[in-house]
Amino acid sequence: MAPITRGFLGRRPDVDPTRIPPGQYFERGFPVLSAGPTPRPDLAAWSFTIDGAVGRSASWSWDDFMALPKETFTVDIHCVTKWSKLDTAWGGVSLDTLLDGVETQAEYVTAWSEGGYTTNVPLADLRGGRAWVAYEYDGAPLEPEHGGPARLLVPHLYFWKSAKWVRGLTVTVQDQPGFWEQNGYHNYGDPWREQRYWSD
Amino acid sequence: MIEENPRARSLVLDVPAWAGHRAGQHLDVRLTAEDGYQAQRSFSIASPPEQPTVELTVDPIEDGEVSPYLTQAVRAGDELEVRGPIGGPFTWTVDDGGPLLLLGGGSGLVPLMAMLRHRAARESTIETRALISVRTATDALYRRELAELGPREGLEVRWTYTRTAPPGWDGWRGRVSAEMLELLGSPAAPQARPRVFVCGPTGFVEHVATLLVDAGHDPARVRTERFGPS
Repeated sequence: MAPITRGFLGRRPDVDPTRIPPGQYFERGFPVLSAGPTPRPDLAAWSFTIDGAVGRSASWSWDDFMALPKETFTVDIHCVTKWSKLDTAWGGVSLDTLLDGVETQAEYVTAWSEGGYTTNVPLADLRGGRAWVAYEYDGAPLEPEHGGPARLLVPHLYFWKSAKWVRGLTVTVQDQPGFWEQNGYHNYGDPWREQRYWSD
Repeated sequence: MIEENPRARSLVLDVPAWAGHRAGQHLDVRLTAEDGYQAQRSFSIASPPEQPTVELTVDPIEDGEVSPYLTQAVRAGDELEVRGPIGGPFTWTVDDGGPLLLLGGGSGLVPLMAMLRHRAARESTIETRALISVRTATDALYRRELAELGPREGLEVRWTYTRTAPPGWDGWRGRVSAEMLELLGSPAAPQARPRVFVCGPTGFVEHVATLLVDAGHDPARVRTERFGPS
């Protein structure tokens, strides 16, 4: 049992507490976090690639990507820095669409981004209508500081897994910890089990 | 407890079995109300690894939940639940080498201060340039300490005031500009390949990081840390 903090009352948010994972707080804004400068989008040079331990790799130009079936979806997001934002509205392509036809026995994925960021996710977590590559937020093109032109969105994991400026997925046989996962953050990152750091 | 300016205060924590930290890292603080309700937030560590106590400088956010408690309600001797240190990329030690270029907006100075104090504790003369942007003199942190921080050799700390400069101020005013970055001199130039750390509110970090990349700094050597809602 945690010690009581003398005189601390706390501010109980007026939201359904079952939607806020343990240790998180309700945030109305949209904080920005990233480890380096925001890359500038260059749509002419942009591509999205799925490669690695797959039968045949796949790649889309920006125009190809925009021609894929678009989904709009509303999800709750949870950042390891403790904020949770509810009912965020996005538009993008489902990973089920992108992974359709990708054949592999491998179980892991490294998502990589413009600027060198990487994060690892089990392949199974990207299937089943639980993950997208999003290029719209609130009905408008995704702002660069929030990951535009396109970012990964895996809302059932802490938000660092939703790689900003994503450019591709590399399927791997071995699980390979990504940028934050090598820097003390949990390898899987389930907010409902509060898997923030290595020791969680 | 140390009052740093009319709002911000530093908490000196005596953490049992503290395993040490690297300058730039942060700490999670968790508060628990009597009914078990909890709130936790991260705070940058201001003290250098060489100091036996762990010091957090907290600049309360208006309408905040944890930071106003830490700046107004906490008293000396209170017990707090903390976890850390946390954070990997936004850290620097003397052993990493230099030159070092530090750019802080408001209380974004806090983790940079840990780096400057660490440099001082190790008596390093690594070429270091720091530029701190604050709205007014009363928003400034550690002014006196920074004016006296050693070793002076290789160290230059500059301030810019974006709203109101102190009386008689003949230094920089306004937000950080490309010209200011250039005037920080050769150790801060892209050719010198400095290790760059930028910390502050999102608007500050986006602005400064863009200036740095435009000036020719390698984005891979520019580390950023942001706070506050966008």
